[in-house]
Amino acid sequence: MSETAIQEPAGPVKKTVEIESHSINFGPQHPAAHGVLRLILELDGEVVERADPHIGLLHRGTEKLIEYKTYMQAVPYFDRLDYVSPMCEEHGFALAVEKLLGITVPDRGQWIRVLFAEITRVLNHLLNLTTYALDVGAITPALWGFEEREKLMEFHEAASGARLHANYFRPGGVSKDLPAGLADKIAEWAETFPKFIEDLEGLLTNNRIWKQRTVDIGVMSAEMALAWGFSGPPLRASGVPWDLRRSQPYDKYAEVDFQVPVGRNGDCYDRYLIRLAEVKESVKIIKQALAKMKPGPVKVQDRKFSPPTRGEMKRSMEALIHHFKLYTEGYHVPAGSTYTAVESPKGEFGVYLVADGTNKPYRCKIRSTGFAFLQATDVMCKRHMLADVCAIVGSMDVVFGEIDR
Amino acid sequence: MGETTEAAPPPPPTALELLGLTVSTLPGVVGVKILLGELIVDADRDQIPALMTTLRDDPRFAFEQMMDVCGVDWPERADRFDVVYNLLSVSLNHRIRVIVTTDDTKPVPSVHQIWPVATWWEREAWDLFGIVFSGQPDLRRILTDYGFEGHPLRKDFPLTGYVELRYDEDRKSVVYEPVKLTQDFRSFDFLSPWEAMTTLPGDEKVFTERRSAGQKG
Repeated sequence: MSETAIQEPAGPVKKTVEIESHSINFGPQHPAAHGVLRLILELDGEVVERADPHIGLLHRGTEKLIEYKTYMQAVPYFDRLDYVSPMCEEHGFALAVEKLLGITVPDRGQWIRVLFAEITRVLNHLLNLTTYALDVGAITPALWGFEEREKLMEFHEAASGARLHANYFRPGGVSKDLPAGLADKIAEWAETFPKFIEDLEGLLTNNRIWKQRTVDIGVMSAEMALAWGFSGPPLRASGVPWDLRRSQPYDKYAEVDFQVPVGRNGDCYDRYLIRLAEVKESVKIIKQALAKMKPGPVKVQDRKFSPPTRGEMKRSMEALIHHFKLYTEGYHVPAGSTYTAVESPKGEFGVYLVADGTNKPYRCKIRSTGFAFLQATDVMCKRHMLADVCAIVGSMDVVFGEIDR
Repeated sequence: MGETTEAAPPPPPTALELLGLTVSTLPGVVGVKILLGELIVDADRDQIPALMTTLRDDPRFAFEQMMDVCGVDWPERADRFDVVYNLLSVSLNHRIRVIVTTDDTKPVPSVHQIWPVATWWEREAWDLFGIVFSGQPDLRRILTDYGFEGHPLRKDFPLTGYVELRYDEDRKSVVYEPVKLTQDFRSFDFLSPWEAMTTLPGDEKVFTERRSAGQKG
């Protein structure tokens, strides 16, 4: 600027400077945008200079709506946050409410939760690994993986009645016990599933194109990953051994034996490897949960928090009153606040719940995992090629139901 | 009953209580309490950046991660907003919650230079509550629509909002119109004295009776 000002008196010298910079809109309808991500990319040729994610296109005001619903009515909203791992989100809310109420779930209820949290983890990682591969051009994994997902969806359906929006984990336990024969079916699946994972590994892990697209792409060092609020597989891929199931165990996670896979390079390839290893660990946990599960109640037996059975309601006036009060007024939660976090498949999913002693939450802040990942898109994409953006966004496992809330 | 508890030596302080004691000596800390096994620190708004830097860099605390920043609205208070910071230490495996208060004009110093992740959380608190963060260069709205007016998570913002939008075929564009509800928003008041923890007007007697019964037991 100042130089041109000095040159001006010398004469009318005009200089045309060609700047090869332009900005493009990536999404919100791009197939690799995982829903409704709008990414404004400033490009220098084909190199990304700056990425500015615009979110909120799927904002439904979940936190506001929850303030107007009773605690029991708020549970289904959590299914609709991260619709790929619905039960894990419910888990966070259920634990938070239980903490405020001071109730403990019976053993069988806790084991069923562990079992289904891990089934959900497999479900989530299968979707992520396969669509991530699809984003960088590998179609086969998605075709194979969705077949496996279908089997898991059937387990969801058998237990809760719904394939996606389960509403199964409730404060106080789970809504109902597993139907007869489901445990055997899950055990059977757990025997055959490792074969599928091997096949998936065979397709990708040593695949030349896959490695060219992901190795050394979107590298996050451990320090950067911590500063940018990473958690879950992306944090572990950067070499930080941190898993809430291990360090701050909830439900029955303290009683199961599993490994926490940790990466070294923090690139897209490591994030893929971590998820793959985690799926195998999940199968181990599923087997242990099935073996250690004993018959018993699946929810707290206090009728002030969990509804009576239908049969009981036909005979007992007291049960009928409890049922009516629970489904209209709901239970009251003593005033207090808690930040409760679970290790959802994507990372730390936290619920900051403020109760004021009434039957509705005063404030329910949802700490969504992908929010932090997506914010780091800018630092991760800097000086990468445009095509790498797809790999980076895919490797972060973002779901917009959760980010936009 | 009472004598035996006095005679027994007090239990040794837990790690969390020790951490609470250490934190309470830091400048800027107004109050420290432990509720439901979680350490909660009330802090002075203006000293937040220095306090947060200490919490991150001091090896006794080592809070490498900021997991969450959020607002809470208490409209009846003079400083109506709480700004809640949830920190996590992955090396020492503990959490802390730092709370400062503010209103809709007093700015809270931004912590985005301590944890870059704070930028979006602060943008969200601005968007949903109208909490101003000083030193935050990127205080754009984040979750609501482009050109949105108001701060939806405030308690005085109606659940239905003020405007609704639809695609207008004649104008070939999306148009905004005031919200029209074909049916009134159904808000049932289910609060009753049934086994509840709250005291409803006219129901103080039940509450006092229950409390005296609790003290006896």
